[in-house]
Amino acid sequence: MTDEPANALHIDVRKRQGDFDLAATLSVPARGVTALFGASGSGKTSLLRLIAGLDLPDEGAITLGDETLTDTARGVTVPPHRRRLGVVFQEARLFPHYRVRGNLAYGMRPAARGRFDSLVEMLGIGHLLERFPATLSGGEARRVAIGRALLSEPRVLLMDEPLTGLDGARKQELLNYIARLARDIDIPIVYVSHDPDELTAIADHLVLLDAGRVIAHGALDSMLARFELTAHLGGFDAVSLLGATLECHEPQYALSHLRLDDGQRLTVPALDAAPGERRRLRVPVRDVALALATPQGTSYRNHLTATIEGVADPVPGAASVELRLRVGSQFLRARLTRKSFDELGLREGMTVVALIRSVAFAAS
Amino acid sequence: MLSDAEWQAILISLKVAGSAVGWILVPGVAVAWLMARHDFRGKALLDGLLHLPLVLPPVVVGYLLLLSLGRRGWLGQWLDGTFGITLPFTWQGAAVAGGVMAFPLLVRAVRLSLEAVDVKLEAAASTLGANRWRVFFTITLPLAFPGLITGAVLAFARALSEFGATITFASNIPGETRTLPLALYTLIQTPGQEAAAARLCALSIAIAMASLLASEWLARQARRRLKERDG
Repeated sequence: MTDEPANALHIDVRKRQGDFDLAATLSVPARGVTALFGASGSGKTSLLRLIAGLDLPDEGAITLGDETLTDTARGVTVPPHRRRLGVVFQEARLFPHYRVRGNLAYGMRPAARGRFDSLVEMLGIGHLLERFPATLSGGEARRVAIGRALLSEPRVLLMDEPLTGLDGARKQELLNYIARLARDIDIPIVYVSHDPDELTAIADHLVLLDAGRVIAHGALDSMLARFELTAHLGGFDAVSLLGATLECHEPQYALSHLRLDDGQRLTVPALDAAPGERRRLRVPVRDVALALATPQGTSYRNHLTATIEGVADPVPGAASVELRLRVGSQFLRARLTRKSFDELGLREGMTVVALIRSVAFAAS
Repeated sequence: MLSDAEWQAILISLKVAGSAVGWILVPGVAVAWLMARHDFRGKALLDGLLHLPLVLPPVVVGYLLLLSLGRRGWLGQWLDGTFGITLPFTWQGAAVAGGVMAFPLLVRAVRLSLEAVDVKLEAAASTLGANRWRVFFTITLPLAFPGLITGAVLAFARALSEFGATITFASNIPGETRTLPLALYTLIQTPGQEAAAARLCALSIAIAMASLLASEWLARQARRRLKERDG
């Protein structure tokens, strides 16, 4: 990369904490949402703290664009308050003695003053401005924390499991806020999570951590296509992603029609999007069925012509087999019984029809 | 109702104790913050030194003050030569003695309340661009404020009741260093002054009660303000 984007993060650090040894080398692209993903104890929050400057590495360097934030070899350390990285912590960490308005204004830079009202509106926290944090619900507090971080005009937004402790409906609501935010702002977001649902809903890039090591990283859709990572990325509930453009709504049935890049059409439950907008659809791997020809008289609304690109090595004794299909330029994963796979005589290179029920789609 | 001598003793007591708290407030908070937020070599030793006035006989503290801050003491000579300040046998000296005796109580109370402030909030403030000073004055100190009030009132009460170090370092000079306890002591030493001594005794109790009530009221106000915020 010769033309270094201003907000790309490069991280190459080691840190020992008791028995835990973190050694990670990774890059965070200057655009989009990069998820630091792993089980608890994998080192993702430690990594976030190192980026924010709240902890210092034993050795290594962290750079943002061409600015060095930390470099143990050169003895450089930029303190957290001069890094201009916004952090949204797991527990919101609002200041209890300031009202919501005071919390939002705490780190506000003059240049952000004009965005105060629109951001407050976007986060839906206008009616909370004069309240004290202790009177807020969990979801409200997280939204205020996000607004507070954004008003400090950060160069990167770091989010540490911001949905932890929220119940299902609140979680989905805040996830939608964050997804919209990720589309609207043009700074990179580093999102720490251990929940595959959150990951597939908002991440563009994935850094997979296990026991303090980066075991894989890259674009999310290509990572989801890799059989060997399935166990980490949802297992039984694994999904693949399809990007599609909204064509029209069908209100009387509460459906939306979309078009894939190769022209094939999809019908899904009504989406909150306008015609022409792009959406990412999550397709559960176990909800994709295959046929050799387009079936007649079926309730499967979506029939996608696809090519079998890969078949996972069969696990002895397992009932199912994992397949990777190509639909236009995108991947789609399918999980079939081994018996169906054999009876249909499927093999790599074959063209098949992927059948997906409309109600199986989880949109974001 | 009160005699001139009694008024004088009260005013000197309030002046001495108020000044004592005044001069130890900033160093006390600084030392408390150092102890609450930092680990360093010799911390245990410093902690011991800080608590020394609580466990030493006050006369010893007064004598040490006389040795160091007296006219021929190393610090006293410097103060006299550079600023023309003389502490022994003055009310300012009594304030120094009272402050030294009250210092551990202030540090202890402030340190406890600083330790109760969530460092995660301080970290959050730093990620929002606040430097150490701003974090201290906008997050740490406001959240530790009830403890600061408690510490200051405790220190005030301690300085008010100071006797041993004061009489050793600042002597018992009417109209200058004769605080309530010293005035009471003087009366007890004089035959036939039992009634006057009883009056001063009652006065001391009244002032002590008043400062306790004031501290209770202030603490309640501070707690109420925090509680309102908790909905």
